[in-house]
Amino acid sequence: MKKIFGRPKSMTDKPFHYCPGCGHGIVHRLIGEVIDELGIQDRTIGVPPVGCAVVMYHYFNVDMTEAPHGRTPAVATGIKRVHPDKVVFTYQGDGDLAAIGTAEIIHAANRGERITTIFVNNTVYGMTGGQMAPTTIVGQKTTTTPLGRDSRLIGYPIKISEMLAITDGSVYIERVAVNKPTNIIKAKKAIKKAFQVQLEDKGFSMVEVLSQCPVNLAMTPKEACEWIDNTLIKTYPLGVIKDKSGE
Amino acid sequence: MAEKVLMSGNGAVGEGAIQAGCRYYFGYPITPQNELTAYMAERLGELGGVFIQSESELAAINMVFGASAAGARAMTSSSSPGISLKQEGISYIAGAELPCVIVNIMRAGPGLGDITPSQADYFQAVKGGGHGDYRLITIGPASVQELYDWTAKAFYIADKYRNPVMILGDGFLGQMMEPLEIKKIKEPKLSKKTWALTGARGRKANKIITLMLKVGELEEHNKKIQNKYKIIEKELTEYETVLTDDAEIILVAYGMCARICKESVFLLRKEGIKAGLIRPITLWPYPSEIIRKISNNVRYVLTVEMSAGQMVEDVRLAVLGRCPVYFYGRMGGGVPTSEEIIKKVKKLNRKD
Repeated sequence: MKKIFGRPKSMTDKPFHYCPGCGHGIVHRLIGEVIDELGIQDRTIGVPPVGCAVVMYHYFNVDMTEAPHGRTPAVATGIKRVHPDKVVFTYQGDGDLAAIGTAEIIHAANRGERITTIFVNNTVYGMTGGQMAPTTIVGQKTTTTPLGRDSRLIGYPIKISEMLAITDGSVYIERVAVNKPTNIIKAKKAIKKAFQVQLEDKGFSMVEVLSQCPVNLAMTPKEACEWIDNTLIKTYPLGVIKDKSGE
Repeated sequence: MAEKVLMSGNGAVGEGAIQAGCRYYFGYPITPQNELTAYMAERLGELGGVFIQSESELAAINMVFGASAAGARAMTSSSSPGISLKQEGISYIAGAELPCVIVNIMRAGPGLGDITPSQADYFQAVKGGGHGDYRLITIGPASVQELYDWTAKAFYIADKYRNPVMILGDGFLGQMMEPLEIKKIKEPKLSKKTWALTGARGRKANKIITLMLKVGELEEHNKKIQNKYKIIEKELTEYETVLTDDAEIILVAYGMCARICKESVFLLRKEGIKAGLIRPITLWPYPSEIIRKISNNVRYVLTVEMSAGQMVEDVRLAVLGRCPVYFYGRMGGGVPTSEEIIKKVKKLNRKD
């Protein structure tokens, strides 16, 4: 019998610990498929974040290290500078990348570090139980914005991809989503391209992935996926934000 | 003997690192250690190494984390306020058992303080400035030559024990110039870093982890690193003694203060006062044994520091009441003079 679907070789058989309906599992799988397709499993080194995806290293057959919260791009910088011939990626949530690690990601992008960042934006702190993230949209309820995010008190959802796009060191930045099959197909294409930009030694590449966190959004998985389409993309429109990979 | 060059302490640290094969340096500007950062920028440029002036101390120590995880000899340096910022990374590096060298050319605090020399970061270095039960191997060199020798050796020690090592100098030592012999570094062969992240080619994937969630797993890991610390205590402790054989009073000091105390000992001897000196070279592990032994035969011990009295606590723990332990210190950039130390000894002698 011909096998037409299976687990990517770059991933382990350990079951995901993620909550029902969570988008992390989809994003992980897309990365695994891309690593397989590019044939880079034996020369990829990953740096997961502090947050829900901290134990991502259990799910991949590639070398990986933990990093302190938000310092992920700095750790990845150290690795890449020692092994310029390896493929180094970070996987970061909105808290890790856009709050506590803001300085590290901006300067890694600006230095044009040859790393690839997969930035999962689900608008909440998942692991700690649903606090406001820097990407929480105005009016959104979280445990630390019980009446909804009030922009007069705590400002606005940060548009970090757009911010990174204006650094000269960034080459390719795209925002995608994993809330429905058509978007998932586009997300995989973007992730593959981001790795290719690194393989071609062009500079910093990042894919921001809008992802669903039904448990902390207090929604059913279906509602969370629909919420991305109906609400979230108004703040965070999908598409290529910067691409100078052809230059 | 090899030719000598005139070099600053900060430069000597840099050349020691280069000679030990360190080709990865990450740092952020802060006085009084800027000559070291500039030295590394120049030398690593010549040698095709990697020098990054990072956006912060947090980034610098974490770039060291990454480079070390990737299997390289890596270093960062700073001075007191910057070292405070590195504590998070140091805890992670110690927890992940990654080798690296961290240089602290101490300045006076607390807060922004001053750029003048100080030894007030002793507690932070040897008692664990970051969170969790870990130990930082800490070396207190006392000359430009020792800064060179010990920095070079620190990389070997770090690799051997898979532990971060701190070179604890001060603004005085870092800035002053002395003749330096750039010795060739010879070190015993170490086993290959099979744990390093190099890409999982022909082997199982390597993972560097400090998060341990399974019941008992983290306790086992802690036991393992504590056992390692016991071995380090047994194998690594180093000190120097000066005229301790017939001494009636003992001075204990490290780094710059030890040099001033050495002069005081010689001057006191000229006046017929039988003084001696114990100079801890490793500050952790601490040379408690020799202090304990000598304290049996002396009238008292006087500890001298450029701080409000930090190392003196370790001296008291070593002496355990066998004789009185006194303290003389200057703070906030003040440096004890040999005259001040002699005056203090004479005052204590009258009291004694």
